[in-house]
Amino acid sequence: MNPEYAGGSLSGAFVALVRRDLLLAFRRRTELLFPVIFLLVVISLFPLGIGPSPQLLARIAPGVIWIAALLATVISLDALFRSDFEDGTLEQFVISGHPLTLIALAKIATHWLVAGLPIVLLSPLLALWMNLSTDSLSVMVVTLALGTPILSLIGSIGVGLTISLKRGGQLLSLLVFPLYVPILIIATAAVMAASDGLPYTQFLGLLTAGLITSVTLAPFAAAAALKISLS
Amino acid sequence: MNTNIAVKDKPRKNALVMFIHKLGSPPWFYEFTGKLIPWLWLVFAVLAAWALYLGLVKGPADYLQGESVRIIYLHVPAAWMSMLIYSSMAVMAFIALVWRIRMVEILAMCSAPIGAAFTIVTLTAGSLWGRPTWGTYWVWDARLTSELVLLFLYLGVIGLYNAIDEPRKAARAACLLAIVGAVNLPIIHYSVKWWNTLHQGSSVSLLGGSSIDASILWPMLIMAFAVKFYYAANLLTRARVRLLEQDLRKGWVKDLIREQRT
Repeated sequence: MNPEYAGGSLSGAFVALVRRDLLLAFRRRTELLFPVIFLLVVISLFPLGIGPSPQLLARIAPGVIWIAALLATVISLDALFRSDFEDGTLEQFVISGHPLTLIALAKIATHWLVAGLPIVLLSPLLALWMNLSTDSLSVMVVTLALGTPILSLIGSIGVGLTISLKRGGQLLSLLVFPLYVPILIIATAAVMAASDGLPYTQFLGLLTAGLITSVTLAPFAAAAALKISLS
Repeated sequence: MNTNIAVKDKPRKNALVMFIHKLGSPPWFYEFTGKLIPWLWLVFAVLAAWALYLGLVKGPADYLQGESVRIIYLHVPAAWMSMLIYSSMAVMAFIALVWRIRMVEILAMCSAPIGAAFTIVTLTAGSLWGRPTWGTYWVWDARLTSELVLLFLYLGVIGLYNAIDEPRKAARAACLLAIVGAVNLPIIHYSVKWWNTLHQGSSVSLLGGSSIDASILWPMLIMAFAVKFYYAANLLTRARVRLLEQDLRKGWVKDLIREQRT
């Protein structure tokens, strides 16, 4: 770790942790690409299963892309604390004296940069595949940019609770999908409203409110969950 | 620190506070609930029999829905209980996490299967009721959908509790999940409600929007009151069994077994 960041300050610890995790993520590039490839494969299955009718695809596009994004996020979530938990780094974080909430927030931020941001960047391509009109395409990107951090934040609570289990991944999906319901509803409603030519800014407002609320609350819950799992 | 010691040294005079403190002790809890549970079952049986008599035998059939309206005596109390049990579980989970009382942990965790059962009863009875009245077993109505999500939340709590081997750690993890779910539940409920109005236009309204007649309302309310006792009796019975399982090697359980044998 870079000595100039390893100081005692909170922001120093935060930046150091994000740097370390990003570095670790870029050392394992195949793992990094896996959620993105998963997303591409899942989306491409829909036209194959439903038929290539452009109107139909455009109609279901918001839901399909969002559900695929939920699945891709949940698949990548397991890596959030896994390696740190298994090699004991997480315990070192707990006794480091820095608040566990801050450490959880740093890990969640990295997770979004590694798993959420690629989905946002890839979404214009996916929207084109699904015949989404160019007007609603930009709304789709904005909802994903606002929504995928919420997915990482809420998901981190579930990961914290299941981390001590050997096969926590299957349980994780049961824990977090019900909590994702409001985001899915609001985000797809925004895109659908945009493609129908209706006002959609209120939905983006709701998503922003959800993002602010989950940034404020979720790291505390994730830290509490990690403490229970480490006890 | 000093104030803590002072509080501990002061003798507790309030009988109610003493009583609640004693219930935190497993042998006391076991003994007290053992006496209480038969009475709870009795009250439930009497009230439920009364409600069913009024509803199924004395009460008239609805002029619009016919005999199928009688499902209301099962459906509505179960639906209320499914939500009430989740909130009581979340409150107990909060108490369990803050004050780390083992009895409350056990009670919170024993609530989950009962709540899930009530949710399944609500969904099943609602489906069977929907067939003759709405013409379909399932619509993505706001209430149906939130009830389904509630079932998933219950299943998550039960799943997490059963997945972790160490009982106290499992209870604390599942308690935290219950609290997170409780925070999300209003958001889920309103988003689903609003999603439904957006996608479906006007939804099917129960009983055609008219107020419920007293001949139906009273048996339903009595039934709703009766199932509270069912919940209490079932919960305490489950908690006693769970307590025995966990304390199998402790002295008070060994004494208990010795007493039972003689």
